[in-house]
Amino acid sequence: MRIARAALACSLALASATVVARVADGGPEGLRAPSAFAGIRDDRKRSLALFAEMGKVIRHPRCMNCHPRTDSPTQGDAMTPHGPPVTRGPDGHGVTAMRCQTCHGDANVAFAGGEGSIPGDPHWHLAPREMAWQGRTPGEICRQIKDPARNGGKTLAALVEHNRDDHLVGWAWHPGEGREPAPGTQARFGDLTQAWVEAGAHCPD
Amino acid sequence: MTTAFTLNGKPVTADAAADTPLLWVLRDELGLTGTKYGCGVAQCGACTVHVEGGTRRSCVTPVGTIAGKVVTTIEGAANAEGAAGQVASALQRAWVELDVPQCGFCQSGQIMAAAVLVRQVADPTDADIDAAMSGNICRCATYLRIRKAIKLAASHLRGATS
Amino acid sequence: MVLADRRQVLAGAGALLVATVLPLPGRARAATAGASVFEPNAFVRIDAEGLVTVIIKAVEFGQGAATGLATLVAEELDADWDRVRLEFAPNDNTRYANQRMGTMAVGGSTTMASAWMQMRKAGATARMLLVTAAARRWGVPVSAVRTDAGILRSGRHEAPYGAFAEAAALLAAPEDVPLKSPGQFRLIGKVAPRPDSAPKSDGSAVFAMDVRHEGLVHAVMAHPLAFGATVARLDDTAALAVPGVRKVARAGSGVAVYADSFVAALRGRTALDVAWDMAAAETRSSHELEAEALRLAELPGHAVVETAPFPVHLPPGSRIVEASFVLPYLAHAPMETLNATLKVTGDRLDVWAGSQFQVLEPAAMAAELGIAEDKVLLHQCYAGGSFGRRATPGREFGHEAGKVCAAWGGPEPVKFVWTREDDLTGGFYRPMMVHKVRAAIAEDGTILGWDHRMAGQSIVAGTPFEAGAKKRGYDQMMVEGANETGYRMGAHRLGVSEMASRIPVNWWRSVGASHTGFVIEAMVDRLLGAVGIDLVAGRIALLEDERARAVVRRVAGIADWQRARPEGRALGIAYVKSFGTHVAQVAEVSRGEDGLPRVHKVWCAVDCGLPINPDNIRAQVEGGIGFALGHALHAEIVLGEGGQVMQRNFDDYPSLRMGGMPDVEVAIIASDADPTGIGEPPVPPLAPAVASAWRRLTGQAIERLPFSRAIREARA
Repeated sequence: MRIARAALACSLALASATVVARVADGGPEGLRAPSAFAGIRDDRKRSLALFAEMGKVIRHPRCMNCHPRTDSPTQGDAMTPHGPPVTRGPDGHGVTAMRCQTCHGDANVAFAGGEGSIPGDPHWHLAPREMAWQGRTPGEICRQIKDPARNGGKTLAALVEHNRDDHLVGWAWHPGEGREPAPGTQARFGDLTQAWVEAGAHCPD
Repeated sequence: MTTAFTLNGKPVTADAAADTPLLWVLRDELGLTGTKYGCGVAQCGACTVHVEGGTRRSCVTPVGTIAGKVVTTIEGAANAEGAAGQVASALQRAWVELDVPQCGFCQSGQIMAAAVLVRQVADPTDADIDAAMSGNICRCATYLRIRKAIKLAASHLRGATS
Repeated sequence: MVLADRRQVLAGAGALLVATVLPLPGRARAATAGASVFEPNAFVRIDAEGLVTVIIKAVEFGQGAATGLATLVAEELDADWDRVRLEFAPNDNTRYANQRMGTMAVGGSTTMASAWMQMRKAGATARMLLVTAAARRWGVPVSAVRTDAGILRSGRHEAPYGAFAEAAALLAAPEDVPLKSPGQFRLIGKVAPRPDSAPKSDGSAVFAMDVRHEGLVHAVMAHPLAFGATVARLDDTAALAVPGVRKVARAGSGVAVYADSFVAALRGRTALDVAWDMAAAETRSSHELEAEALRLAELPGHAVVETAPFPVHLPPGSRIVEASFVLPYLAHAPMETLNATLKVTGDRLDVWAGSQFQVLEPAAMAAELGIAEDKVLLHQCYAGGSFGRRATPGREFGHEAGKVCAAWGGPEPVKFVWTREDDLTGGFYRPMMVHKVRAAIAEDGTILGWDHRMAGQSIVAGTPFEAGAKKRGYDQMMVEGANETGYRMGAHRLGVSEMASRIPVNWWRSVGASHTGFVIEAMVDRLLGAVGIDLVAGRIALLEDERARAVVRRVAGIADWQRARPEGRALGIAYVKSFGTHVAQVAEVSRGEDGLPRVHKVWCAVDCGLPINPDNIRAQVEGGIGFALGHALHAEIVLGEGGQVMQRNFDDYPSLRMGGMPDVEVAIIASDADPTGIGEPPVPPLAPAVASAWRRLTGQAIERLPFSRAIREARA
């Protein structure tokens, strides 16, 4: 029923207020292009500014939820504990009989009842422990994603490619009904990552 | 639109839109009503079936995504080939021996989840059971007996193979 | 299990009340096409193969009533338990009424208590007829025939029951038959495995939702956004364009969508464009309703108990404890949502349902369809839980299903199903209750005064049960457990104020005791704590009834109450009597990683009179504890701005799950007293026992449930 959602006035108003704030802050799509930072002549400063812009994506619930510090993800825009309770298991895909794929398919699935959806991707899983972002500062996250020991052995070039092309990363911009997408587009996130790397991939303190 | 898959060892063809949840294809079209609707949003586990041997919530599984796959429901679990059938059968016997069910509505899903656990973990600990069964709600809260029955079935199976 | 049409078998039989016997010899044989079937009364049928079928008049939704009733029959019949089958009774009050309620119903944990003699007599009568038939055939006195596990014996003669089914069917039933003394019981008090365990473990048990018919039409309903709202405007264009949708119609307070499949009906419902008229709706949030209830609880209210004025002067060393308690709206959320299939054929209606009011509910459906009450046949199915939800005095679901079927208008069977979202937003909650208590305790643990004011919605207000339940001017079910607490209360006053609201409320497993039990126990616990008296010894000293004291002593014993627990763990205790059953529980609790109580183990002592089926008593205690704990920790129904229910599914109305289930140890008090209930009584003591432990562990006294909210708000 369309009317049902319209009546959730309180929560909707809050959500749209957040969206408006993001848009005002980050240009038409909520995420500025690298060109917006071209005026910063100092490489280090430009790099830091680019990383701060990337942080709008990295620190978005669509990304943070599956980069927990514990063994269990969070969910939703409010980042509440995942329900039902799940744990990462040995491979980040859950434990026996309670795999990510027990519920999450290759794509988002709208609930037959008409409200909301369950997210999906062929590689739906939890980021490994060493890639935990929740509760970390931007500087900590930055150093972590540059560190091949903690980023799955990626070079900076591979990191750019990952952010620009990885299908699961891309899910953040197509999260299905009931979830706010990450700001901007995956392509722009990739561009920002590339520009950040080209400017020296500096990390905030 | 039709989807062909293997159901409880036999080839079947479902005549339903590809986005129809498997749960309702099983229940309403194919007549297998042992798999239950409890929430429709993958929260309660009453609709758990096996797809390619793994647990799957049929309420959020579009039938189009299981084309060509092997699906087992509670009705066919005990007759599945090899270890899978033995495990399900042992679980069902343990469920009866300990009088696990109360209202019984969730128990198909509980057994289907437990079947994958016991197939993969021969001697499940409490922690294994907590983790594996966390997606299956029993409003009657028969959890203690589910736990005991899983351990009982597992011990019977270990006895049978040792 | 066979679900035969019992109405055909019994059609036209005299309206003799069932308490004893209802002989139906020739008719029974005729109905089963030549087979020799012995049907001595409305509850037992024995065929030539000796298979005993017990007709179950109670809904079976997990509480074990079917097993319990069959046990009573089989006991006196001396049946072979492995050869006993269950069959659900049709809608027929002349034979199958709950004798305490006058209609077919399960409620108030009365099934076993009310059928205790009736079922045994049914079994004993059947046995006597078999014995008499055998005695005549063998030429021996009746007293010389013995029975055991489905076998008749006398000297060298021996025959299974089936061999005499036909002969027994021709005999006139005796007026009165002797019953066994408890010492002779072979099934009662022993192990009688549940006949429904196997079909519930292999998917073959038939719940109402599993009913299938050729040409079935699936119906779902779009319910109003707020309770009491009505349809102002409906645009069904998009809904009718959904493939498989066949019809959209206004029905009752909402809009019904009919389709070839359940999924199509759901998608049609999603596509509906409905504007609701909120003029008559309850638009207050639960926050506003709580404020109103708190205001009402300040008033003296209708005096339910008034023994003496609260003492003005208290002796030295006395302490006063004052507290306000808020207990939330709670949904029952049985695993199987409400549903029924209705089929109209001419002037007759067939209903498939797991009904808790097997006569009243189909009659409500029939009334909406203009069908005479005696033209309705209920095909009773297993019900997937209830906890009170399936029995609403106004039979609202029955009326709604009848309206939905009527609005369809065709001859096709209509299967009407509520989704989980309908279930959680659809009302009939345990009402939110506010209690304000001021109590005084003397240094020696004597309660000196207890001034108790409570407010909330009455669950019978505006229902057909109102007159009966309000005989004394207030809703008895609202105050039960607070009026008669079992404790010596000193100067005791209890006042109750009713809050009017259109939010549908109903009994919820343990009814009044679900909130009064918490309040009384939390207060007693704090009073004893305030004067430094042991929580077990202090309760024993205050309790009036020896059976009450006995369960407290027993639970303290099995929990080893005095033994020190590891650092970070504490024990708590509570005692609540409900539905005639005494229950005491001890909970061992620590602070979990999530900051909430982590309950490791619960010990429970229960006195429910003569224990008919000890294993089922244990099962009900285990399940009742888990049910109560899940709600106490996390569950509440909240109405947001505009009166809309915020909880829609199990993600926001969380249930206890496997990892949260404590170990449970049960002690059943041996007793020869008449049996009392067990389905509900294990629920009330759990939350206060956990609160007791939490207070000792953390110093925080819980005055609001669920714990999650009380603890979160205390932190903020």
